Amino acid sequence: MLIRFWGTRGSLPIALTARQVEAKIAQALLAASGRHFDDIAAAAKFAAELPFPIAGTFGGHSSCVEIELTEPDGGSHDYILCDLGSGARPFGGSVLARQGAATPNVFHVFMSHLHWDHIMGFPLFAPAYIPGNLIRIYGCHRTLEEAFRAQHGAPSFPVDFSQLGARIEFVTLEPDVEVTIAGLKVLPKEQIHAGGSYGFRFEHDGKTFVYSTDSEHKLDDPDVTDGFIDFFRDADLVAFDAMYSFAEAISVKEDWGHSSNVVGVELCQLANARRLALFHHEPIHDDARIATIEAETRRFEEITRVDAPRLDVFAAYDGLEVRL
Amino acid sequence: MSQPPMDLSPRRIGDVIVLGPVGRIDHLNADDFRAAVEPHLAHCEAGGASLLFDLSALEYISSSGLRVLMVAAKQSKPRGGRIAVAAPHPVVAEVLEISRFNLVFPVHATVADAVQALAAG
Ligand SMILES: [Zn+2]
Ligand SMILES: [Zn+2]
Repeated sequence: MLIRFWGTRGSLPIALTARQVEAKIAQALLAASGRHFDDIAAAAKFAAELPFPIAGTFGGHSSCVEIELTEPDGGSHDYILCDLGSGARPFGGSVLARQGAATPNVFHVFMSHLHWDHIMGFPLFAPAYIPGNLIRIYGCHRTLEEAFRAQHGAPSFPVDFSQLGARIEFVTLEPDVEVTIAGLKVLPKEQIHAGGSYGFRFEHDGKTFVYSTDSEHKLDDPDVTDGFIDFFRDADLVAFDAMYSFAEAISVKEDWGHSSNVVGVELCQLANARRLALFHHEPIHDDARIATIEAETRRFEEITRVDAPRLDVFAAYDGLEVRL
Repeated sequence: MSQPPMDLSPRRIGDVIVLGPVGRIDHLNADDFRAAVEPHLAHCEAGGASLLFDLSALEYISSSGLRVLMVAAKQSKPRGGRIAVAAPHPVVAEVLEISRFNLVFPVHATVADAVQALAAG
């Protein structure tokens, strides 16, 4: 199972500003001072070794994560996605770049919920315009289809939903009821978030990926906590809503529907999970800030680890691939 | 199964009630911690006592335990009550910083510092 992150930002897509790019270049030049590069390859090699917040960026697309069970071979393929945030646009583009428009594909999409940042990529999802494609959108909200139709068409978008070329189907799932879709076992779980959200536990071939975003953890009921520990149990990777600091999440931003790095580590440790991807990054956080949070979270994991194997902690970024 | 209530060894320094949790507080015993703190909250109000958590014997506190402190602060604040923590172990101090708890909750190096700060108002 390969997990590919196309969008990792919470609430609203962002982009680097000119000033932020300039600051990265200045830091890179400082790191390179005194060195000489014979060609672009030598310079690229040096750049690849720079700290991630200098040479890279966590990215700005809103939630979209791909689960790849088998590598596409050029023929028709079953693609699997979590959420259709703005990251769905580059994902759709990559499918067309690889296969062209003539190959019919199936897209299975699991929707955590219907907030704008999780559906906004669909109007610009190119495969939806191509006849022959089948897009099956799964979710636990009764208003699943309504939400997609409402954003597609006047007054918000020039193309009406009914003009989409692909066949689009909506499938309602029940929380706590496991289903098998495209060879993947899928278990939805209700989470705390305005309007409700659902996490998904995906299992295939002995590997487990948990997608749990837009989820607040109140920590006031041990039974509820135990429910999430079971949901994360022995997962190879948990993508976790770590938008706020723990203190914010239980004080000024209580009831805003999001969680923290600290709670992510604790739940993963209790569940014996192997990897934790911090996800749904706060849009006001720049790359340096997210890298600091990532380093602190690793330290937190280290000091709270009790007789347990190490939990691998990292901040997800647009373009990250994790092989389970 | 009922457990003996958590002993916080309450003591009084002037107008400050000092509570001293011992060992580990995690999601399994956070509710016992909450129950042990609760009786003292009633005194924590304007013109009454302040509440100080002496963390010198606390080895570890999880998010559920920190939440008990936050809830206590939220309950007493509207009544003018004041709550602080003091003397965390280095590891607990790190937990307070990583969780940003130190930004919303007064953390003092020693009990004496905290008592003085609480007395100063
Ligand atoms: Zn969101
Ligand atoms: Zn949301």
